Amino acid sequence: MIRYLLRRLLQTIPVLIGTTLLVYYMVFALPGDPIAALFRDKQPPQSVIDDLRNQYHLDEPFWIQYGAFLVNLLTLNLGNDFTQQPVASTLARIFPVTAMLAVEALIIQAVFGVTFGLIAGLRRGRVFDSTVLVVSLIVIAIPTFVLGFVFQLVFGVRLGWAKPTVGANADWAALVLPATVLGLASFAYVLRLTRASVIENKKADYVLTASAKGLSGPRLVLTHILRNSMIPVVTYLGANLGSLMGGAVVIEGIFNVPGVGNKLYQAVLRGEGPTVVIIVSVLVLVFVVANLLVDLLYAWLDPRIRYDK
Amino acid sequence: MTSDHDAQHFVAPREEIPLLPADPLNVEATHRSLWADAWWKLRRRPLFIISSLMILMIIVVVLFPGLFTQTPPNENCHLANSAGPPVPGHPLGFTFQGCDVYSRIIHGTQASVAVGLLSVSGVLVIGVTFGAVSGYYGGWIDAVLARLSDIFFALPLVLGALVVAQLPPVRENKSVWTVALVISLLGWPQMARITRGAVLEVSNAEFVTAAKSLGVSKFGTLARHVLPNCMAPVVVLAPLELGTFIVTEATLSFLGIGLPQSVMSWGQDIAAAQHLVRTDPMILIYPAVALSITVLSFIMLGDALRDAFHPNSRRRSRKR
Repeated sequence: MIRYLLRRLLQTIPVLIGTTLLVYYMVFALPGDPIAALFRDKQPPQSVIDDLRNQYHLDEPFWIQYGAFLVNLLTLNLGNDFTQQPVASTLARIFPVTAMLAVEALIIQAVFGVTFGLIAGLRRGRVFDSTVLVVSLIVIAIPTFVLGFVFQLVFGVRLGWAKPTVGANADWAALVLPATVLGLASFAYVLRLTRASVIENKKADYVLTASAKGLSGPRLVLTHILRNSMIPVVTYLGANLGSLMGGAVVIEGIFNVPGVGNKLYQAVLRGEGPTVVIIVSVLVLVFVVANLLVDLLYAWLDPRIRYDK
Repeated sequence: MTSDHDAQHFVAPREEIPLLPADPLNVEATHRSLWADAWWKLRRRPLFIISSLMILMIIVVVLFPGLFTQTPPNENCHLANSAGPPVPGHPLGFTFQGCDVYSRIIHGTQASVAVGLLSVSGVLVIGVTFGAVSGYYGGWIDAVLARLSDIFFALPLVLGALVVAQLPPVRENKSVWTVALVISLLGWPQMARITRGAVLEVSNAEFVTAAKSLGVSKFGTLARHVLPNCMAPVVVLAPLELGTFIVTEATLSFLGIGLPQSVMSWGQDIAAAQHLVRTDPMILIYPAVALSITVLSFIMLGDALRDAFHPNSRRRSRKR
């Protein structure tokens, strides 16, 4: 177990370096002056330009720039952004909001997706199953941002069940509407994966054995069928964190959530290279760690999986 | 698999019943390949028939938009009509700029479908090549390509596209081609992984060993014997990704980093209508519905193909 964990941690190092290098290269090394992009048509004093160029090592060769960035990232010395706000404190303020949004969305899609998928799989070919399958196809086909606008309009403005925009005070209750929209996009995939997996496991030998021994009802369904059906679902949920973060950029804009996605979008539009690189690196780190956790969950879900060879 | 199964039926106590197949089995029948078998099954599936008809319809709209509307999409736009309700000749009303909504949807089909098709082609080229090479040659090539695909896999598509699309060379030449390029550069790992898995599975098959021992070169074996036999999962994934990429284009255009204003697309129309969503939501809903129907038909096609190619459903239908 420890050895497996160590090996996996070592494997994530090249991924992290590669991703940050890729993003850093694209932002800083390709044609176009980031300082000029920041000020657009305005002409700042030369001292300000020199200061910024010095702070981001923009006059040094690319590898030194990147090395300095990597060292700063690892020592959590994130520096200031182009507007001289410390990036670390900005992140500390906005990151929990997006984390809340993502966790809430993940819970919504997992709970509803697994429940509906389980019922559909157990009653394969019945009315419920066919209805749920058709609905899930339609949900997949609707872009998240359209869903966002429709939900905002229907539940926020017309029905008044929730606040149409979140604003500064983002808590669990305020985030329900954006989290539902974000979760709904992947809900359909969770549902279909659970359904397919349950259908396959229903006929597995250990389920036949369990029911031959007289087991039935919740215990058979939950511990024998559902638990063994969870591996593809959990894998998907881990990999899906990436698209949740992409979706957060869109959804946070529509619902005015003060989170990482919103900040990233603004930073990209303003050409704030360092902020973009740091935010994307942090998101990639979260994504990689989440998928590592998913791998460790496998052994708990299926005791036949052992990490030590 | 086939031989095992047939053997089960033929093995019976000889003295009791004569050696006969348990199921009525036409031994004379010609052998059907995986593809012919899939096609035979597909033709009977309503999901496949409906989705093919829908895709056929979309293709006609793309090729001959003039068949569906006589109204030019960008001319005769009068601001007096801004966000106006439907009138005869303009069945879905007018946009904020006073243009015909229906005509813009019909003419916007081209760009959305073109981005989807070009992106999938790009992903097929990159993904299948990388996946096949890394699965077939293995060793250090596999290790390098696997890490590379990990890197691109860890970079969520929209986040990566947000960064790439802001690069000056991309930003200043926004077109259908650049958007498709960005999507394929970031979207290939899934296709590569699927191809790699299929190649690994096929590489140990007897016909591959046979080809090798007959002196076919390593690359020749890969191109002529291995790859054609790993196309099933690729063919299933391609329409699903096509749908996903059409949505991605709309998302990027919505964020203002996709297609330029001058190109008509559904994403552009949805983005342009977003500030009207509280007062005239239908201007946003109509192009969104067109987009969803298109995506839906490709996803349904992918679903139908998956059922036809999936080995489990193959086995099940043969037992029946």
